[in-house]
Amino acid sequence: MAGDPAANANPPGDSVLSVRDLECRRGDRVLFAPISFDVAAGQIVWIRGANGQGKTTLLRTLAGLSAPAAGKLAWAGAPENVPRPLYLAHANALKEDLTVSESLRFLLHLADHRVDGGDVDAALERFGMASRRDAFVRTLSQGQRRRVALARLAAQRELLPWLLDEPFDALDAAGVELLAGVIAGHARRGGAVVLTSHLPLPIDEPAPAIVQLREPALA
Amino acid sequence: MSGTFAVLVARDLRLAARRRVDVVLPIAFFTVAVSLFPLGVGPEPQILRQIAPGVVWVAALLAAMLSVTQLYAADHADGSLEQMLLVPGARISIALAKAVSHWFLTGLPLIVAAPVFGLLFDMTPAAIASLVAGLVLGTPVLSLLGGLGAALTLGLRSGAVLLILIIVPLCIPAIIFGAGAVAAVESGLSARGHYSLLGALLIFTAVLAPMATGAALRIATE
Repeated sequence: MAGDPAANANPPGDSVLSVRDLECRRGDRVLFAPISFDVAAGQIVWIRGANGQGKTTLLRTLAGLSAPAAGKLAWAGAPENVPRPLYLAHANALKEDLTVSESLRFLLHLADHRVDGGDVDAALERFGMASRRDAFVRTLSQGQRRRVALARLAAQRELLPWLLDEPFDALDAAGVELLAGVIAGHARRGGAVVLTSHLPLPIDEPAPAIVQLREPALA
Repeated sequence: MSGTFAVLVARDLRLAARRRVDVVLPIAFFTVAVSLFPLGVGPEPQILRQIAPGVVWVAALLAAMLSVTQLYAADHADGSLEQMLLVPGARISIALAKAVSHWFLTGLPLIVAAPVFGLLFDMTPAAIASLVAGLVLGTPVLSLLGGLGAALTLGLRSGAVLLILIIVPLCIPAIIFGAGAVAAVESGLSARGHYSLLGALLIFTAVLAPMATGAALRIATE
């Protein structure tokens, strides 16, 4: 199958997600040749592919927003206790008319009602946005908005699997380094990460496993 | 699940407080639409009194439809809706929360304003009371059905017109019994039957519309 052998090598931890012969469609078009890969605890999986190859659709399918056209995907664990992945889409999901801390608090509250103000402040601090916590989102630059959206990652209490769609977009050099540190830290604690990026990943340890999306065979 | 509902309603009301113009528009539209009728129909008190309940109800329906078209659009565009739908079992909570916030921002102000328009049309106090009672039961139906229409037309071009074409026919029973209650009171009959039917309509819509809305949201974001 088209899955990269590196991703299918013996996983370092327990399997978190297993994908078998998965196909995604957009309208009538099959986006990529069927792929199979496993994601283990503590592993970073880097989905690669050309523009329009279906990286975002694949992540949305893994998140449960779209149904796969064919094949299987299974998150580890009993059906009622499936780890709910944290999905950060290309869109930041921030409201122009809310302040930075209100936006972040809303997104955290949606997923987990135990979040308090301290968590929000600490997460903003981690991504260097603490000084803008009372600014309206509409006054922020694209890079700052991205930092606020990414601050959700720093506020997680549980070790959820992360699905990140182009997380390095719009970030400056310092932001890229910061995010790389957060992602590597998550993986070292035993969290799984699946991400897309069109830039080389600035993460060496743990080394990311690459899953390459390929053109589907012509019917 | 109730947590998600409360978080969403609180956020929508906070957003509305930040964009007061959007909140004032439906009620301004309602005022203008209702005020046009005495100018167009003529100032005879007898005729005005007769058409008043129908006019107020039709204007309320149009004001609700006008403001409901954007109910999910902004959240869809900025990715918030996806994040809400990722919460397990939250679809019905989302639909209910959106309808409740819409009612707070459109239905409730119309109920408060309705007695003033009743006086404008020279309605009797008893008739005004029955108009308000009918609106209390009927405007949540408009918000719930409007939310369904907004979810069904999410992401479509010219969705607003389509929404009105789909949803207005479904709102006809609410208008008939709401305006009928006032007519019954004015002719000295009991309006209890009308209230019961409006209440039944509200329960029916409150149970079914959120489920249908949740399914429509799911399809719209896939």
